[in-house]
Amino acid sequence: MTFDASIFTDHLGDIGSGFLVTLGTWSSGVVLGLALGMLIAVAQVFGNNLVRAPLRVFIELIRSTPFLVQLFLVYYGGPSFGISLDPIPAGILGLGVYGGVYFAEIFRTGFQSVARGQLEAADCLGITRLQCVWRIQVPQMLVMILPALVNMVTVLCKETAVLSIITIPELTMVLTGIGSETFAFVETLLMLCIGYLILVELCSRLGMLLETRVGRFMSRQPR
Amino acid sequence: MNSLLIPGGKAPAPPYETTRETTRKSLDEPMKTNGEQSTVLTLSQVGKSFGNLRVLKGIELQVQRSEVVCLIGPSGSGKSTLLRSMAFLEEYDEGEIRIEGQLLGWQDTDKGRRRAPQSQINQVRRNVGMVFQQFNLWPHMTALGNVCEALRRVRKFSADEAKKRGMAMLEKVGLGHKAEAYPAQLSGGQQQRVAIARALAMEPHIMLFDEPTSALDPELVGEVLQVMKTLAKEGMTMVVVTHEMGFAAQVADSVIFLDQGEIVARGTPRQIFHNAEQPRLQQFLQNYLDRNAFWQDAKP
Repeated sequence: MTFDASIFTDHLGDIGSGFLVTLGTWSSGVVLGLALGMLIAVAQVFGNNLVRAPLRVFIELIRSTPFLVQLFLVYYGGPSFGISLDPIPAGILGLGVYGGVYFAEIFRTGFQSVARGQLEAADCLGITRLQCVWRIQVPQMLVMILPALVNMVTVLCKETAVLSIITIPELTMVLTGIGSETFAFVETLLMLCIGYLILVELCSRLGMLLETRVGRFMSRQPR
Repeated sequence: MNSLLIPGGKAPAPPYETTRETTRKSLDEPMKTNGEQSTVLTLSQVGKSFGNLRVLKGIELQVQRSEVVCLIGPSGSGKSTLLRSMAFLEEYDEGEIRIEGQLLGWQDTDKGRRRAPQSQINQVRRNVGMVFQQFNLWPHMTALGNVCEALRRVRKFSADEAKKRGMAMLEKVGLGHKAEAYPAQLSGGQQQRVAIARALAMEPHIMLFDEPTSALDPELVGEVLQVMKTLAKEGMTMVVVTHEMGFAAQVADSVIFLDQGEIVARGTPRQIFHNAEQPRLQQFLQNYLDRNAFWQDAKP
């Protein structure tokens, strides 16, 4: 059997749309996850034990079960709890929640990394806790946690492959489908790897660019 | 006099000037009086415990407008805790601290004492400026950004107004040319001066300094003390926790010696530095003298 590139040219449209679906669910899941993670982290850092304890349980629950199982539960188990979602919203929700708890842990360490004295100084000047979070803690912690965030975002990129099991026509589903139709498994699986590689590589490049940009104030050299 | 510091032999001159008898007369300008002398800060029977350890015991203190009070004492004596209590960074748990008559941090209810709401705490200490040992600048903002932040967010100044006031404050501490520099690009002394400008921008009625020069290289101490001296001259009310005995001797109106959470001695610089009667104070000052009079014993 020889490598047959015509497989791709024949199915270019399908592959393209699969790529776009992957990109779309991934980015929506990341946005949802970041928002959810920030909410959880803020609630954990500033909430009392009544707020913290259930969040802790929730985080542990999500972190200690496989994403595949969670996704099954949301999509196929959801209707039993009265939640019927279309595949794509269910997939985005699953990705968002899964990513969210990891993002929350990253944000939490970020909040703790800003020195207490800086908050005392703000407190003395009458700056409120909320202003403190957005003006002083978040900008500084983003610099520190950016590598960890980028890492988690790339993990989520690859987790989108799991969405194929709830019938979302993303890259993995499209290419494995073509593979079983044409028996060109090597070509399609290689193409699949290259597809994710492109996405992850773009993401890490963007992350590195951001790191040099946002970290400028740490430099001792004048701009 | 002075015999306590000099165990026999000829008295070396103290390494610091202690000629000022009282208050502001010998600083270049007379102090602003604004009519009658008013009390800015009143502490009565203030106490504080960390668990079973009582770090402050029955502190009584009044600070008058334009007065400069220096708190000295060995480490662990409670002087930083006392100063931080005055800004309610530490919750004192006995007695009262009043700033211009208003009770700080607590409110009395029929169920006893409760922590006051944050807005009320902020209202009471609106006129208190704080300067920290570790500067506590926000590293992601420029010097000007640090000074303007509270003006913008708390006093709701427009960007232009805040910038104008911020620049004026930086000029005042001699750092107008460093407005766009980030803290990491400034020396320790410069950072502390920015921190002073940041506190001054809010036009406080009283400034609290928590060991403002202790984190600095020795050759950078002078520039910060100079700024503080200028403030004192202008009539700023100040409470300073310090190990700089020279500053305390030259600038303070009264010096308070704390040990083990209690005020052991208080008086004018001359009373404290020349006529100390309390053994604990004598011992404390002797340590300084030993360290600072080294040139008396220089080898030929």
